[in-house]
Amino acid sequence: MRTSPGERLLDLAVSGVLWGFRILLVAAILIGTIATIRAGKYTSEQWIDFVVFGISQGSIYALIALGYTMVYGILRMINFAHGDIFMTGAFAAYFLATWMNGTGFIDSYPILGLLIPILFAMIVAGGIAMLVERIAYRPLRGAPRLVPLISAIGASFFLEYAFRGFFGPGVYAYPPIKALEGEWDILGIGILKVQVVVAVAAFIMMAILYSIVMFTKVGKAMRAVSESKDTAALMGIDVNRIIVSTFALGAAMAGAAGVLYSLIFRQVGFFMGFTPGIKAFTAAVLGGIGNIPGAMVGGLVLGIFESVGPSLFLEGLGITRPYQLKDAIAYTMLVMILLFRPSGILGERITTKKA
Amino acid sequence: MTKRLLALLSVLVIASMALAACGTPATEAPVATEAPATEAPATEAPAAAYECTDALGCVTIAPDEPVHIAYWGVLSGPDSSLGEDSKRGVEIAIDDKGGKILDHDILLTTEDAGCTPEGGATAATKLATDTSIVGLIGSSCSDETVGGIATLTNAGLTTISPSNTRPVLSDPARGPDYAGYLRTAHSDAFQGKAVAEFAYNVLGARKAATLHDGSSYAQALQQVFADNFIALGGEIVAQEAVAKDATDMKPVLTTIAAAQPEFLYYPVFVAVGGYVTAQVRDVAGLETVALAGSDGIFTADLLKGGGPNTEGMYLSSPDFSAFTGDYAGFIAKHEAKYGGSTLSTFHAHAYDAANILFAALEKVAVVEADGTIYVPRQALRDAIYATKDFQGITGTLSCSPSGDCGAPVIAVYQIVNSDPASWNPADTANPNPKKIYP
Repeated sequence: MRTSPGERLLDLAVSGVLWGFRILLVAAILIGTIATIRAGKYTSEQWIDFVVFGISQGSIYALIALGYTMVYGILRMINFAHGDIFMTGAFAAYFLATWMNGTGFIDSYPILGLLIPILFAMIVAGGIAMLVERIAYRPLRGAPRLVPLISAIGASFFLEYAFRGFFGPGVYAYPPIKALEGEWDILGIGILKVQVVVAVAAFIMMAILYSIVMFTKVGKAMRAVSESKDTAALMGIDVNRIIVSTFALGAAMAGAAGVLYSLIFRQVGFFMGFTPGIKAFTAAVLGGIGNIPGAMVGGLVLGIFESVGPSLFLEGLGITRPYQLKDAIAYTMLVMILLFRPSGILGERITTKKA
Repeated sequence: MTKRLLALLSVLVIASMALAACGTPATEAPVATEAPATEAPATEAPAAAYECTDALGCVTIAPDEPVHIAYWGVLSGPDSSLGEDSKRGVEIAIDDKGGKILDHDILLTTEDAGCTPEGGATAATKLATDTSIVGLIGSSCSDETVGGIATLTNAGLTTISPSNTRPVLSDPARGPDYAGYLRTAHSDAFQGKAVAEFAYNVLGARKAATLHDGSSYAQALQQVFADNFIALGGEIVAQEAVAKDATDMKPVLTTIAAAQPEFLYYPVFVAVGGYVTAQVRDVAGLETVALAGSDGIFTADLLKGGGPNTEGMYLSSPDFSAFTGDYAGFIAKHEAKYGGSTLSTFHAHAYDAANILFAALEKVAVVEADGTIYVPRQALRDAIYATKDFQGITGTLSCSPSGDCGAPVIAVYQIVNSDPASWNPADTANPNPKKIYP
């Protein structure tokens, strides 16, 4: 394709500005980092703490991001009610755990006291997601892309304010699990038990999900539907059933994430799903939306940057109260990834036909 | 080519958003709805000889119409216990009037303002378009007032806030946009000072750190505290801030821990307060630091969110034992109407605010023989400002020319039990939290 000299000049100018922007950002990060390290305000133990906090927060983002990415992979839609599905899981676990705590069950069987609420939350969240899919999304399948998006936002508000109506505007405290209080000594570093448990549980869940998608018949069918709904239907796959199971599976992950989140932050409330939902969506885009390992990587990267970033990059630049800018770091990172690698860290997995 | 242009465009958009965010927020006055200079006189009352000469116009209430007042504040989101609590105070004040004023029913409209400047602007714009509203109670959060007050003032309305405590809202130099704003809550100039004195003199702390959530309330209050603490001879070793929707406080607390404070003051709202309290003891270096908050988290919701760590925490609040009115009677009515303990701190202030509004209304309203009421807006505003020695629950209230009506007696309480069910600061035998200073 031939272009006129004027166009070529504009092209050059645009890429010059973009490169300048990239270099500026990287330079700012480098200068900030070096200045912070030279100031020596934090001990190495505190740096490790920052990273560990980031990993546990990031693994929760990753679990939620899986639901966004799976639904996007199969339907090309952003399920904005997903953050509120996470909230329903946390509520379900809260009520069960509070009841179990009242009978003393959690204190005598801490492992079951952790697992049973997680399972229950996964079932409840999966069930609610199936209902949402049936009521709010399925009738709109085939409609222009914006229509299910708006419907998803509606479903999100409905879930939030339905829960507010049932359980009130206040917050509830998730019962503490005594066996998880205190620290473990890992390689000479004291790490909070709850952080370790949350990260390990999240990784196990992700491994289970990944093997379901890669090695089972349902998973195979999901990948087939993601490639092409019509062809999959011709091959004898019940497309509706596969879509519902995708929603349920993603929601189950979000439900489990809800419990892990409550274990760390100990607050359950009707609005708790909003911010983690947006962050997890960011994580999904970061990793490459539609890509399951990408969601995991995106979540972890986002969590760690959010935790380490304010003190590492911003404090060195002389910015006071850097933690107010935590979200700015998250979204600047999103912009940077999209500039350097528009398809996300691990790449978007969309067949050319769909994209 | 087009892709690159798009990328450049998105960078520019984000940059401009960042720049806009850096600018001073909420100074732009929302477009004022046209002030009803001459309210159309009621056509169904030809006998009425009353002619409205008020500078801001009059509200006409036909014989069969209710007197319309509005409440605006935070009624949704994690901080809604603050707004809900004040709303109940207004509702009890209406009940005490038998639901009637000047032989008309009282109609209460509520509008959610979400504890943000944007929410306040939206709520104010919506309420300002309703020409039947006589006066307002609200808002809950100082941010809401910052966003919405210009719209209300320019529409000729007057609002009395039960719970805004940011000092600048009733500063003598606050500007004409605030002409329609008064409050029964105390100014934080008193509250921050009381906490600083408590920390320095009673606890003997010399190194303090503060944490706020960027809201105008928390930002101003922690600064008042810091200024007073330094004036007493103490040292402020860290002043950090988080975003209002932040949940993971451990990184910022680790930063604070690096400065080794003895006293941590976070006068924030419930959500952030709960997360900080729940996580603070897990951070190395902060295991034994004294924790203190203020009236924004003086609620059982803090115990729900903060868990066992709340035990021993200090909270400043209006001194309930200094209330001169029948506070016990109010609590009994609250118990009968809603069941359970009060939700937050400012129910009594809301009750007083509503009664000040009613008293002023009764004073200035012109009642025709057929029951039609005319309420001149400027006269109503003047009457509220002229409130003097009003016997309220929270004390004897007189309004200053800059809108301060409150009787600022601050006390520091200590939480003695982290079970939310035990929350009852008004209990005489077994209060939780318990007043310890002064």
